[in-house]
Amino acid sequence: MAYKIKSAECTVCGACDAECPNMAISLKKGTYVIDPAKCTECKGQFDSPQCAAVCPADCCVPA
Amino acid sequence: MGNVISLDSILGVGELKAPAESTPVESSGCSSSSCGSSDGPADMDPAVWDKVKNHPCYSEEAHHYFARMHVAVAPACNIQCNYCNRKYDCSNESRPGVVSEKLTPDQAIKKILAVAQDIPQLSVIGIAGPGDSLAAGAKNTFATFEHLQKKAPDLKLCLSTNGLALPDNVDRIAQYNIDHVTITINMVDPEVGAQIYPWIFHKHKRWTGLDAAKILHEHQMLGLEMLTARGILVKVNSVMIPGVNDEHLLAVNKAVKARGAFLHNIMPLISDPAHGTHFGLTGQRGPTAQELKVVQDACEGGAKLMRHCRQCRADAVGLLGEDRGDEFTADKIEAMGEIGYDDEARRTYREHVEAERSGRHASKAAAQADVQEAVGSAVDPILIAVATKGGERINEHFGHAKEFQIYEVGPQGAKFVGHRRVDQYCEGGSGDDDTLDTVLSAINDCTAVFVAKIGGCPSKSLESAGIEPVDRFAFEYIEESALAYFKDYAERLGQGSIQARAGQDAVIRTGALTAKRA
Ligand code: SF4
Ligand code: SF4
Ligand code: SF4
Repeated sequence: MAYKIKSAECTVCGACDAECPNMAISLKKGTYVIDPAKCTECKGQFDSPQCAAVCPADCCVPA
Repeated sequence: MGNVISLDSILGVGELKAPAESTPVESSGCSSSSCGSSDGPADMDPAVWDKVKNHPCYSEEAHHYFARMHVAVAPACNIQCNYCNRKYDCSNESRPGVVSEKLTPDQAIKKILAVAQDIPQLSVIGIAGPGDSLAAGAKNTFATFEHLQKKAPDLKLCLSTNGLALPDNVDRIAQYNIDHVTITINMVDPEVGAQIYPWIFHKHKRWTGLDAAKILHEHQMLGLEMLTARGILVKVNSVMIPGVNDEHLLAVNKAVKARGAFLHNIMPLISDPAHGTHFGLTGQRGPTAQELKVVQDACEGGAKLMRHCRQCRADAVGLLGEDRGDEFTADKIEAMGEIGYDDEARRTYREHVEAERSGRHASKAAAQADVQEAVGSAVDPILIAVATKGGERINEHFGHAKEFQIYEVGPQGAKFVGHRRVDQYCEGGSGDDDTLDTVLSAINDCTAVFVAKIGGCPSKSLESAGIEPVDRFAFEYIEESALAYFKDYAERLGQGSIQARAGQDAVIRTGALTAKRA
């Protein structure tokens, strides 16, 4: 399981990138994307997915 | 660089006059640089004066002479405010949190050097978002400051923050010689805070409601105390939200003063449904000019108030009240090639301002003494709107003014109390009448408007609205002229030839600074 970013709503602020414990988020061609292979939904690391908790646009959602 | 910069052109005045020659300097009995206005060095620790004298946001006087520049390297934020929506990005909009272009630290340095070459008034580089300068580990913010310190050491550094991450970053702020920090503090009571902040992100968790407001409040107070303990100047910004925190701002003023804040800046809420902010969408209105002034006046005597803030965009460039950001987009800077560092023009400019200023304290004091003698203290103060493009002079044409500076003048002297935007924005094709109406509603609480020049038609409209257009002080200093006008006004009032203008209010406009009035 992994999270994804709804790119139409993303403000490209990078807050999620800074919080992801697994370096799963990166800037590709002007928008942020989550690499599903690296994303763990933060299980075992934090109580809730960090990208979703910090995102001002609420656009980090389960894939 | 082949072009010699003429100081006249920098100040935008037709003629540079020496400060009133007739001024009896000796009679004041002290050297001009150590006495005078409340803004001056007299009541300030010299080390502090040195930090603020060329900072347009920290010194009201400096804001007439010096320019600031914000670089938008910090897009991420760690809280949500009901007055902010970072999704919205219209280049015609002017408010904190808005930018047209986000920069990497490298692009930011290049832009700063380009602007510094072009605008000798530049004295301060700030990072104010568009998110929070200390969010996301503050990586870009400190990377930018680290480079800048090496590349252009004469520029002062400052940053703005909501305060949540402040306690963790105070040591680094001190390490990079950032000597000005602005914290936005809208409440000191979590009950009030809960109406302003829907959530914060802290310790890997999203907090909401009272918990969120309480954590934010505690971090803001702790951060403020830590900064002032290190001698770093702190300005507190508060957004005045009618019905939410308007009266509460007195308590905020007291709390931040007790913790050593240097300045308190109470700003009107900018609220428009088109911005898509929570407050905008729920119809929360901003204050009127007089409502804002009442709260500001009530806080007078507490932490020192700032009234000249223009609520700049996070990528603003230029003197306060102007924005030349469009001239320095990433593409244009890329096209400029290699940019060096040369502080010659800025040094010359600063020396010039220093010389201007030293004469002013005495001439202001003389004008004020004159008024006190002639008028006594029976006459109520009045407001005057001034068309100026800087340098503390009346040097702008009425029809070209994008904003008016508001001075309150009375037997106690003349002081700057605010500014009113009158430029057009996002309204394309509005006619001259609309423009004039905009001006009238923005300065409706003023008795007179000082201009360098004004046409016949607007002059008549102003008169019929009860506002006297005055061009006889063209290119003179503002405060001295205001005092001279007041003396004359009091006389006419005494003779019964005019009536006092009381109980009027004005509209605060909050559009873009980039759109120019024709
Ligand atoms: S859910 Fe967690 S691991 Fe997945 S992208 Fe978001 S922060 Fe990274
Ligand atoms: S935090 Fe949200 S808005 Fe910001 S870059 Fe990530 S997905 Fe986009
Ligand atoms: S927003 Fe206010 S404090 Fe910040 S640069 Fe503009 S005038 Fe100065």
